[in-house]
Amino acid sequence: MSQAPVPLNEPGLLTRMSETQRERVTFFLDGQALTGLRGDTVLTAVLMHRKFVRYSDESGAHRAGFCWMGACQDCWISSEAGDRFKACSTMLEPSMKLISGQGGST
Amino acid sequence: MIQALAPVIVGAGPAGIRAAQTLVANGLRPVVVDESANWGGQIYRQPPAHFVRTKKELYGFESAKAQSVLSAMQGLLPHVDYRPHTLVWNVQGGQLDLLHQGQTSTLAYSQVIVTSGATDRILPFRGWTLPGVFSLGGAQVALKFQGCSIGKKVVFAGSGPLLYLVAYQYAKAGAHVVALLDSGKLSDQVAAMSDLLAQPAWLAKGLYYVAWLHAHGVAVHRGAVPLEAKGQDCLESLLWQDDRGVHSLACDAVATGYGLRSEAQLADLLDCQFVWNAVQGAWLPVCDESGRTSVSGVYLAGDGASVEGADAAEWSGERAALTLLSDRAGHATAEHVARSAALSGHITKRKIFGRGLARAFPDPLNWAAQTPDDLLVCRCEEVTAGDLRQTAAEAGVQEINRLKALSRVGMGRCQGRMCVCAAAEILAQCTGQSLEKVGRLRAQAPIKPIPFTTMLKAESVSGKDMA
Repeated sequence: MSQAPVPLNEPGLLTRMSETQRERVTFFLDGQALTGLRGDTVLTAVLMHRKFVRYSDESGAHRAGFCWMGACQDCWISSEAGDRFKACSTMLEPSMKLISGQGGST
Repeated sequence: MIQALAPVIVGAGPAGIRAAQTLVANGLRPVVVDESANWGGQIYRQPPAHFVRTKKELYGFESAKAQSVLSAMQGLLPHVDYRPHTLVWNVQGGQLDLLHQGQTSTLAYSQVIVTSGATDRILPFRGWTLPGVFSLGGAQVALKFQGCSIGKKVVFAGSGPLLYLVAYQYAKAGAHVVALLDSGKLSDQVAAMSDLLAQPAWLAKGLYYVAWLHAHGVAVHRGAVPLEAKGQDCLESLLWQDDRGVHSLACDAVATGYGLRSEAQLADLLDCQFVWNAVQGAWLPVCDESGRTSVSGVYLAGDGASVEGADAAEWSGERAALTLLSDRAGHATAEHVARSAALSGHITKRKIFGRGLARAFPDPLNWAAQTPDDLLVCRCEEVTAGDLRQTAAEAGVQEINRLKALSRVGMGRCQGRMCVCAAAEILAQCTGQSLEKVGRLRAQAPIKPIPFTTMLKAESVSGKDMA
């Protein structure tokens, strides 16, 4: 709000309105190094750079989550290590290696 | 036996926190299990560490209440067995099944207060699965918990007081709110006024948000219904309709919701009976004036029992705890009886206000009948309104669980949280029944998906035990 916008290149769905003076965190999405902020959820960090987090199991259509509170199950994402989690309920960690477009729940 | 086990509170929002406070004040040490990483629930959800906005910025008019509830829990921490980030995913044989950081465990209970909260009540429109369309509550979480707007040009579409509140919060935070589309009409809101006056302070706040939006040039359309979110891979525009015709708005985000729906899965697994609530148009767990359910030792409070808002959640949380205490002691103290009666008085007034809200914010007229066959109702399994109508007609389905079995609606990962309101409306409409008659979607364990690796770990542990 009152803070000057951070010159981060964030071409994704979301727009930062405040709380931009946080420590930067590097993470990887499909092998690409990207920058998020400490305190971002994985959903926030990914949607700052991309316009989706997963594909629908049925049609393959892009999905970007929906409810932000762990109910809709439409923001599951995978790590390179094979862990799968809800992006909205998982905090971004430094050096996290994420793979978009997968994220089955089981 | 009851005395041997600590009481369990599920949920750490306003209801759970006030319940815990009451139990601690009476010498008990409850276990507080909460799915979130931090206390506060959704309404008073706390931002992550290192965020700098003040409580006033985060919670607006509710900042004093937020501060009171949040600091109460802070003070309780040494006196409760607080288990954050812990999901209760099943109940069996007097034990709650828990999941914490990929590990399962059990928690025996003899008395449990369930404060499971609510999620957005969704009535979908074409294209609602496109990136850029989020639930209204979700849009609020994005702003409050992450300091983000869901887009650069945001439309708010749906109904209910939260629609105006979140639109106001977005505009105040500097987001471009393109329009607010309210399915209710001004005449509905005027007709509701006598009930809404039961809570004059809340009514005044609501009117303030509306006036603020008008004063700041946000277009507010009433009797307005979203028809279709359009775009290639993400949202580019929204078609909507009112008495004057069909209109298009250029936007990259839509927040949508039609009030809230109780998260009652846990009450269901605890074998609580349910009863139709005509005001909320929902099957809710039976819960009497005291917070008791149909099951001995199981108490309910907050929006998970009945959507009455955060203030009522504090009151019903405290009241359920007082009831638990009297059941535990075998008698109620005069002081507790008086306090319970006072709390019930507050809650009764809030229920009149709730009736007013239901009247002020009705669903879109004939929503189910107007729903096109190609509308995707279930976002998990991609079941359409046409699929539901066809299943109902061909198999003679009259009841929502049967519809689930045959069409897979509500069978996906969200377990019907996002689609069941719409599916029930469509089934009621195409079979010519009331919403009450199509019934209630039964909850299934696990009430949220749990990773398969967790199950494997649990298996190997029990295998070791047996060896």
